Amino acid sequence: MTAPVSQGALGPDGLGDVTALTIPQLLARRAALTPDAVALRHKEYGIWNETTYNAYLARAREVAAGLHALGVTRGEKVAIIAENIPAWVYMELGAQALGAVSVGVYQTAGAAEVQYVVDYTDAVVVLAEDEEQVDKLLEFRHELSQVRRVIYVDKRGMTRHEGDDWFLSFDALLELGRQQPSDTFDREVAQGRPDDVCHFSLTSGTTGAPKAAMLSHRNLLFMGHGLGRVEGFRAGDDYLSFLPMAWIGEQMMSVAVALANGVTINFPESTQTALQDLVEIGPHFMFAPPRVWESFQSQVYLRMQESYGVNRALYGRLLKWSGDAADASLSGRKLGAGLAFKRWIAHWGLTRPLRDQLGFLRLEHAYTGGAALGPDVFRFYHGLGVNLKQIYGQTENIGIAYVHRDGDVRFDTVGLPLPGGELRITDDGEILSRSPAVCHGYYKREDATAESIRDGWLHSGDAGRMTPEGHLQVIDRLSDVMKSAQGQSFSPQYIENRVKFSPYIREAVAFGDGQDEVTAFLNVDPQTAGQWAEKRQIAYSTYMDLSAQPRIAELIRQEVEVANTRLEPHERIARFVLLYKLLDADDDELTRTGKVRRRAIREKYADIVNALYDGSEHVPVHATFRYQDGQTQTVNTDVIIHRVTGAASAAPHSAVTAPVGARA
Amino acid sequence: MPQLHVENVTLTFGGLNALTGVSLTVPEGEVVSIIGPNGAGKTSLLNCVSGFYHPTKGRITFGEHDLSRAAPNVVTGFGIARAFQNLELFRGLSVVENLLLARHTHLKYSLLDSLVYYGRASRREAENRAYVERIIDFMELEEYRSHPVGTLGYGIQKRVEVARALTLAPKLLLLDEPMAGMNVEEKEDMVRFIMDIRREQGVTVVLIEHDLGVVMDISDRVYVLDFGQLIAGGRPDEVSADPRVIEAYTGVAETPGSAPQPVGA
Repeated sequence: MTAPVSQGALGPDGLGDVTALTIPQLLARRAALTPDAVALRHKEYGIWNETTYNAYLARAREVAAGLHALGVTRGEKVAIIAENIPAWVYMELGAQALGAVSVGVYQTAGAAEVQYVVDYTDAVVVLAEDEEQVDKLLEFRHELSQVRRVIYVDKRGMTRHEGDDWFLSFDALLELGRQQPSDTFDREVAQGRPDDVCHFSLTSGTTGAPKAAMLSHRNLLFMGHGLGRVEGFRAGDDYLSFLPMAWIGEQMMSVAVALANGVTINFPESTQTALQDLVEIGPHFMFAPPRVWESFQSQVYLRMQESYGVNRALYGRLLKWSGDAADASLSGRKLGAGLAFKRWIAHWGLTRPLRDQLGFLRLEHAYTGGAALGPDVFRFYHGLGVNLKQIYGQTENIGIAYVHRDGDVRFDTVGLPLPGGELRITDDGEILSRSPAVCHGYYKREDATAESIRDGWLHSGDAGRMTPEGHLQVIDRLSDVMKSAQGQSFSPQYIENRVKFSPYIREAVAFGDGQDEVTAFLNVDPQTAGQWAEKRQIAYSTYMDLSAQPRIAELIRQEVEVANTRLEPHERIARFVLLYKLLDADDDELTRTGKVRRRAIREKYADIVNALYDGSEHVPVHATFRYQDGQTQTVNTDVIIHRVTGAASAAPHSAVTAPVGARA
Repeated sequence: MPQLHVENVTLTFGGLNALTGVSLTVPEGEVVSIIGPNGAGKTSLLNCVSGFYHPTKGRITFGEHDLSRAAPNVVTGFGIARAFQNLELFRGLSVVENLLLARHTHLKYSLLDSLVYYGRASRREAENRAYVERIIDFMELEEYRSHPVGTLGYGIQKRVEVARALTLAPKLLLLDEPMAGMNVEEKEDMVRFIMDIRREQGVTVVLIEHDLGVVMDISDRVYVLDFGQLIAGGRPDEVSADPRVIEAYTGVAETPGSAPQPVGA
């Protein structure tokens, strides 16, 4: 720990330089300064329960002493598989207090994936929230001999393991901690150094097995402190933690930003109730990947579709006014008096009440990242009065390394580096970043570390460029940028995002590398397209059946035509298929964070991809479904190739083709 | 220990025997299923247990209580709750309101208390809500807590119906086709709930169900009714091998030499 500093040198909040502390040291300091301030809130049995900094520290102390009694020592790993509950952060902080490393595991991961992560990271203790998670570990128990204890939180269904001392309840761990000498925690915490590795975050791994990025206290707190400085977060601001804690995006907010700025973290009752709980909390800032923002928007869209005519017309008009005003401010223009008046009407007539309905009334800052968000979604939120910003960063530099500054938001850029961060773009167009947030490399993967971190520069593998205003613009994965047969380059992700703006299209995968035309796999959205079908009395049974409905195909064709009008001729989708199943992370088609695994999909559905280019009208498919219980079922079906009129023909078009980077 | 005994029960509707001399035992802490073709008398038997019908002949006891002539509210007081095949919920009320209402028999405060409200009445209401919230947690209904029941999907409504029965803190739970009309996933959930109800809450369960796969998986004991008569009873594997049961289900006796014909052939 740093030498004691006099109170005056610690700044207005009395914390001093938080990046010179370890996370548990920072918690201890917060507990000393504001013992009764609310650190966490958790909804249980319908009631929000508050945890003060003092209580937070007490739990971390008990966990640390308990783990110490179980023999956990400096540098050992403690894996955590749980939804967003206070025990997650108690366990993390408790482990870090001992100098141990917490490892976040996605709670939706299957048994084999859990086994892989626990084994690869050498975790000696695992926190498994409930029976469901415990069962995943039990399945591979004989291969997990290094795991000394499994700590469970929810006792339901655990009675059958009574007497098995592999298991210990979380309450029993806390009790064990209370029985230990009370100086364990303070002694161990004092030995911590800010550059110690304290947390492993798994990288999403669009290619290959996930790697664990080794994050230090300083990495996390540099980011948390930096974002707080840029945005002016206040102690006591509310944040709702509802995305997987294993994901860097949630980790940085619920731990790094929260402790660096004194933000209150709210844990919803369950994953399913998160959006209702959001309305109750009304957070001051939010971070969510594009799909969450898209789903809010399509919810509003759907509810308006069900409304009566006058209401719908009014909504359309006011939304247009607020959107026009947003366009002006997003492009840096000044609002004219007429537009300002329209915005005022829209504010009271539509956007403020709508924000209230969604739980966004107190929202001052909102972030999206992880993938690109369509400009139209962006415009929708800015019209609504939500200060949505695009951020950019990797797991390896704590999620947010670039962010827009207030009043300087553009939908096609990701803003400027956090204070203290540096940006460089190589001659190949790759984005390199350097800052104290760049991690210490990948666990047991020196090869991969040497490849991506050189001289402190993190090599992102993303193509990007600088805009005249000095903002960073991200184009696509460097390896994903494709070239048509005519040599025009295009970004499949850009095309996919345009198509996915349709509320009826859930997922899209574009093809066309080395081909004359672009084609795509599309997933219809089971909710919106399902509702559309029901309204028109189109009977369907399964998702497969829905996707095969001719009228659904016609609907999607029209949506694709609309999207095509916003694409350059060589980017336009000429043919598409409606895939008979939703792309799923369980089938290795998406990453756990919902990104498309292009290569895996191309290989798995090679027949369909080939049929898109060989002039077929349809392609017979032998589809195998795997259910969650491991059963498989095989169905024979026929996937129809749909043609889009007005798409680019094979003939080369006029030379007016902007470079890809212009609008990614 | 309360056990449910049905002794030689006959139920007659104007000359038609819905049940004829049915005797069976439901030991404490077991899951016991009653199966049989449509119209076999399964629901009639449950109606006799829960006091909607009174047996024409015979006796039904639960522990030391005689249920043969007891009214439904009296039966409830003995710790027997029932989830109905045709949902008995207030469609306009929310899930939590339905559950609170179901628990009103457990609310013990006077008219005067309720006029004053503060003090005993508010304390009781708070306890009541806390109990209901534990059931909501148990049945994983948090998401739907304040949704009107009528707006929920059928599978969820079924779950609310079981939750409604559970709020009565029963010792014996009667489930009448809790899985009818559900998809596979909803069925799996319900099976898990039934097993947890038995394991975690120590509640005895009597189950009427058509899905034989489910019945054979989760029952400790199975009774088979056909035309109002008990034709078999015992462990699931014994019952499924019983030729009388096969006959009742397929309409064809499986005797050596005569291969069973498909129904409706």
